[in-house]
Amino acid sequence: MGNTAGAGDESDADAETDGGVRAYTVRLELVDEPGELLRALKPISDNGGNLLSIHHERGNITPRGHIPVEVDMECPPDRFDDIVEGLREAGVNVIQAGAERYGEEISVVLVGHLVENDLSETLSRIEDEASAVVLDLSLAAPEGTGGVASARVRLAIDSGRTTEALASIRSIGSEKDLAVVEPLLGGDA
Amino acid sequence: MRLAILGAGDVGRSVADLAGEYGHEVVAIADSTGASINPDGIDVERTLERKGGGSPVGTGDPEDVFETDYDVLVEATPTTLGDAEPGFTHTKRALEADRHVVLANKGPVAERYAELRALEDESAGSIRFEATVGGAIPVLSTIEDSTPHAVTAVRGVLNGTANFILTRMAAEGLDYEHVLAEAQDLGVAEADPTFDVDGTDAALKFVILANVLADGGFALDDADVTGIQDIPGSALDLAAEDGRTIRLIGEATRDGVRVGPRLVPENGALAVTGTRNIVQIETKYAGSLHNSGRGAGGPETATAVLSDVGRLPEL
Repeated sequence: MGNTAGAGDESDADAETDGGVRAYTVRLELVDEPGELLRALKPISDNGGNLLSIHHERGNITPRGHIPVEVDMECPPDRFDDIVEGLREAGVNVIQAGAERYGEEISVVLVGHLVENDLSETLSRIEDEASAVVLDLSLAAPEGTGGVASARVRLAIDSGRTTEALASIRSIGSEKDLAVVEPLLGGDA
Repeated sequence: MRLAILGAGDVGRSVADLAGEYGHEVVAIADSTGASINPDGIDVERTLERKGGGSPVGTGDPEDVFETDYDVLVEATPTTLGDAEPGFTHTKRALEADRHVVLANKGPVAERYAELRALEDESAGSIRFEATVGGAIPVLSTIEDSTPHAVTAVRGVLNGTANFILTRMAAEGLDYEHVLAEAQDLGVAEADPTFDVDGTDAALKFVILANVLADGGFALDDADVTGIQDIPGSALDLAAEDGRTIRLIGEATRDGVRVGPRLVPENGALAVTGTRNIVQIETKYAGSLHNSGRGAGGPETATAVLSDVGRLPEL
């Protein structure tokens, strides 16, 4: 049975996935205002994504007072990056996109003369050199922009690349005279 | 066992004080200026009273301790870096005389581990050093029981002063200098807190742990160490917004030693508060073990010394 019968079924199965669609999950963070959800979903349909389900976690508010939304959808694999790009261009905060691509999320705290040392350049270098996406930034500068400030940066990093990404951030930090407080990885810390 | 104690600071005095309760006898106690020696056992209470009153610990010559009939030398002199003297020579002399040595002094074990093990190989005596890592917390004996090769990493908080400062900064929203002054008033921090806040003290303990895991090869110079002096209160506030806090965390593996301020979950096991210490021992087959408790203090550290004495074989 196994030798011949499988062939036809297999090619059917291939037809389903080959050039077809895959399911993805994106996690978004939305401002609690009318129309926000619709605005966030538009880039998905505009780029050929098919919505499967939307889990709108009202009542579960993120530390900054936003609402987390989880969207399941399907789309051809080559369209997925365009969708994520489209969401970001629309100003939607994408916390997590797909299971593989931005598999890990970490926070680091930077301390030093952040503003004087060109914070936006620091962030772009982190994105470039650590292959990370800056998801979120909080800045505290109690001494004013000329003094010592702290910034918490939440980053999305490809799965399995956290150690390398942290090494890059460390070296950017030491070049720019910033202290980097890293998360503790490993064990069940 | 008959104990000869070198060092009459908090730890040495507490070992002498508690030895009887643990079934041991003190035949000598010495500091750098004097010694009290009696082969039939010294009168601990009277000796400690005298020392407490500001007098030398005894009128004997500290050199004579090595000529006394003892089973275990307790090395509780202050930790020194670099060549770790005179602690190293004290240990060497005892091992060469085929006696056991229990160290509370971190210097020799952190800085000259391979030499100590070589001396131990030639001796009928053994060395133990539970008290050098985490005071009363049984860290090394837990690793020994799990067998060191099944332990992949040890992480944790092993400096109470730095931990106290970070805890207070997070709780009160205060800056480093302010909390340091408070810690000094409370006697939690020394007048010169450098050794604790720059990470050196924690690093020595994690170097010892790395030496145990890898059977030697590490000294303080091999450790990557950052202190907490540059952490402002605002960094702790930002961490808290995300459910995290900052702790001075050490990590020891067979590949290296790292100590520095790290983000940990606010309610996680490693976010101990105040002067409490904790270690997480990551094992190959049994997940993580956590040991927490008092990591410093005379009587606390003395219990680790006396537990070590209890594990030694008769000579």
